[in-house]
Amino acid sequence: MALIDLANPTRFLALVARALPWLAAATALAFACGLYLSWFTAPDDYQQGATVKIMFVHVPNAWLAMGVWTVMSIASIGTLVWRHPLADVAAKAAAPLGAAFTFLALFTGALWGRPMWGTYWVWDARLTSVLVLFLMYLGIIALWRTVDDPSRAGRAAAILTLVGAVNLPIIKFSVDWWNTLHQPASVIRLGGPAIHPAILTPLLTMALAFGLLFVTLHLAAMRNEILRRRVRAMGLMQAHAAQGA
Amino acid sequence: MDLGPHATFIIAAYAMAALVVVCLIAWVLADHDAQRRQLSDLEARGATRRSKGLSKS
Repeated sequence: MALIDLANPTRFLALVARALPWLAAATALAFACGLYLSWFTAPDDYQQGATVKIMFVHVPNAWLAMGVWTVMSIASIGTLVWRHPLADVAAKAAAPLGAAFTFLALFTGALWGRPMWGTYWVWDARLTSVLVLFLMYLGIIALWRTVDDPSRAGRAAAILTLVGAVNLPIIKFSVDWWNTLHQPASVIRLGGPAIHPAILTPLLTMALAFGLLFVTLHLAAMRNEILRRRVRAMGLMQAHAAQGA
Repeated sequence: MDLGPHATFIIAAYAMAALVVVCLIAWVLADHDAQRRQLSDLEARGATRRSKGLSKS
């Protein structure tokens, strides 16, 4: 199957039906490995003690918070430039998932911050920019729900998504550009990871698990959105037919 | 396993992550069921998709 064939929603649905069981199994396996490594093999940090375990859920969700917006931005380019039939389906399906991952990054970060920093929250650059990202996700979801016509909503949401993408480098480099309570990058950085492999391995395994979870749920949510549009189109056609009769 | 003095924070973080993941999965599955049911209802009432109708003509 050529990549261009996936532009056809029916072929895309057939591919999703075949891929979802395998992806779900891979996700479950990755979570089983990640949780085992996180809880039973990862050592306590010499400063943070067992609290370092919060990192294994906080960091993957923080990466996904930005990663999902990146996926939505690429899909938005597909909507505005190529008018790809699945582009705004992909963007719309990703938004609630991104909001959930961002919420988890904020929530687990607050729970990690209280024992380590002495506070759940500070209005520093990293935390505030991630909160802004969360509010932008909610804004995009609200926009999709406000405009009834999916193609009009898709274009408006695509523009808003691309404007909001400016926030991504601000989040990434906020810890370098400003003095923040949040630590600087310790995994994705020029000099390589600054974390010992005993802690890095479970972290990357949990990141893989959450990444697979996103791919699985995203494909399933895209399938739902395609079906929703079919329901809408059939409902409209039936209403027109009833009016004409 | 000794989670130290901050066990509550660690357990709360994992519990919330599990709750959100379960809710996301339940939402996707429930939405799929709802869309399939609506499609079946429409098809039972004789509604067809435009592409289907065009291919028949």
